[in-house]
Amino acid sequence: MITEETPLHAPLEIGFDYTRSLGPVLAHFMTQLANRRITGIRGSDGRVHVPPVEYDPHTAEALTEFVDVSDVGTVRTWSWVSHPVEGQPIQRPFAWALITLDGADTALLHAVDVDSTEQIHTGMRVRVRWADEPVGHITDIAYFVPADAGEERGDAPTPPRPPATERAEDGTVRTVITPIQLDYTHSVSPEESRYLRALAEGRMLGQRCPECEKVYIPPRGACPTDGVPTTTEVELPDTGIVTTFCIVNVPFLGQRIQPPYVTAYILLDGADIPFLHLVLGCEADEVRMGMRVRAAWKPREEWETSLQNVSHFEPTGEPDAPYDSYAHHL
Amino acid sequence: MSNVAVVGFAQAPNVRNTQGTTNGVEMLVPTLAEAFEQTGLSKSDIGFWCSGSSDYLAGRAFSFISAVDAIGAFPPINESHVEMDAAWALYEAWVKILTGEVDTALVYGFGKSSAGTLRRVLSLQLDPYVAGPLWPDSISIAGLQARLGLESGRWTEEAMAEVAARSLADATTNDRAQRSGDAEVAELLANPVVADPLRAHDIAPVTDGASVVVLAAEERAREIVDRPAVITGFEHRIDSPSLGSRDLTDSPSTRAAAAAAGIDGVELAELHAPFTHQELILREALGLDSGVRVNPSGGALAANPMFAAGLTRIGEAAKQIIDGTAGKVLAHATSGPALQQNLVTVLEGIR
Repeated sequence: MITEETPLHAPLEIGFDYTRSLGPVLAHFMTQLANRRITGIRGSDGRVHVPPVEYDPHTAEALTEFVDVSDVGTVRTWSWVSHPVEGQPIQRPFAWALITLDGADTALLHAVDVDSTEQIHTGMRVRVRWADEPVGHITDIAYFVPADAGEERGDAPTPPRPPATERAEDGTVRTVITPIQLDYTHSVSPEESRYLRALAEGRMLGQRCPECEKVYIPPRGACPTDGVPTTTEVELPDTGIVTTFCIVNVPFLGQRIQPPYVTAYILLDGADIPFLHLVLGCEADEVRMGMRVRAAWKPREEWETSLQNVSHFEPTGEPDAPYDSYAHHL
Repeated sequence: MSNVAVVGFAQAPNVRNTQGTTNGVEMLVPTLAEAFEQTGLSKSDIGFWCSGSSDYLAGRAFSFISAVDAIGAFPPINESHVEMDAAWALYEAWVKILTGEVDTALVYGFGKSSAGTLRRVLSLQLDPYVAGPLWPDSISIAGLQARLGLESGRWTEEAMAEVAARSLADATTNDRAQRSGDAEVAELLANPVVADPLRAHDIAPVTDGASVVVLAAEERAREIVDRPAVITGFEHRIDSPSLGSRDLTDSPSTRAAAAAAGIDGVELAELHAPFTHQELILREALGLDSGVRVNPSGGALAANPMFAAGLTRIGEAAKQIIDGTAGKVLAHATSGPALQQNLVTVLEGIR
């Protein structure tokens, strides 16, 4: 019987700079923002959409008639944020609002910098506070302030600015870059936790499916064949074979080893599922299917709950395993 | 062409925070087992599998592939996935059975909302050019919608609190609910606003959960249960992604979906409203009179597992047919900000 321990978890931060190309409508809108002007577009019913829409909401025809609007407008509705989340336009309590700019018929969603809910109301007049260095991005409108706020109202704390993008020869903004950062608490399953804790002790711990009797390392929450939890633990040696492999010749961002090098599927002795790891300790062109290998562990003081405790696998020099012995693991 | 019916429904306990992984396996394995036990079916009886979940919620790419471990995908299965609430996965499975290619399908949805900051993650479903980069959180957007209705006289704080009080009271008999309780409207209104104009009771909880619905062609369904919940209407519609050009106090897409699905005569409705005022919008758009029982399960205000809560509405409504409580029911699911996209299912107990 396996005793339950709290599964391992760790902070996980992921980020990506989304780079999006713009069609003719949003390219014009963003280019105007970079010039501290706001432009809408006229729909088939004569209404001016701000932000501009690319296609008419009623006829679905492509729209082309741009209309400049004011950077002053009226709050149609608002809601209050006591605890701003990362990336929001104002990094202290503020109001979101739908704002109809003078000359527009639809409302723009943006932030309004006021100190409390007492200082904002539907119907209130607000004005754009422009970012110091517009780049052609919706955040060039840093936020709105009450229309009667003087210049003496200091700047609100704002998030980092998005990067400027390369423009067309005539100055048109052609792309926008929006960096996205997300934070999670990543958890591993109870089975993976036991496997990772065993690795921290220099042990390889797999689990056997109670139905098909296959041994999985890393263990899975459920056997992918039978859909039942894997329960019986199996200690495995740190030796095995290469089932298949590839030689990496292509450099890429974040690469830790100079190409060419070999990544291979390693099938530990007694396991039924191979995992991906590095094969070093011989020339890349000497690696072959069926080659016997052993784990090369990092120094014990560097061990943590990770398969990275094994820096790589290296040849043992034993005779190769016959193809038939691993054919069903390919 | 055969009708399609719901023959089974199971859901994981809805909780604020599970210790499980974001691929949902730990929530799904027992829930799938429960659905198989209910229907007497096994893995090999299922002709098509379809799921709904989100990589943004999970914080990892292709998280739904790992979830497939929970269903056992060898020998290979006939499987699909939508990056939406699993109510839309059920739509795909319904179409699949209508083609005649399969006569059973299993639909599941799961979400571990607690892994990240849900209200922030949800801003990634917005327009990525002019809205998303500002990170408008889901609660603030709902607040903009709620205030429009409050200030225009379309609804009141009291009506919103009544929705919360009724939902939480109904949830006291739902052993899978995350929140439940008996609270008077006056007590609820005495609580402070937390995201002006919203109070805590107006906002669905952050929920980790999963649910499973089993479908079968009508003939097959009658072999599985005495009273299958036959799908007699199934439609979904969408409103503009441009928040500032919509009338946020109305839901034209819900109205259009209901008109196409044909909802006359429904006795009961399970509505997917993650905010109290959104139930008021939906009831109005659907034209539900006071005789229609709404959300006997407690609805999304009692538990709102992302990417499963809409599917759960269909399962809960179908349960009322299968156990003989109702003859014709409606289930609704929503997706996107401020009720942007809406799906309406009508289920009947046809003899």
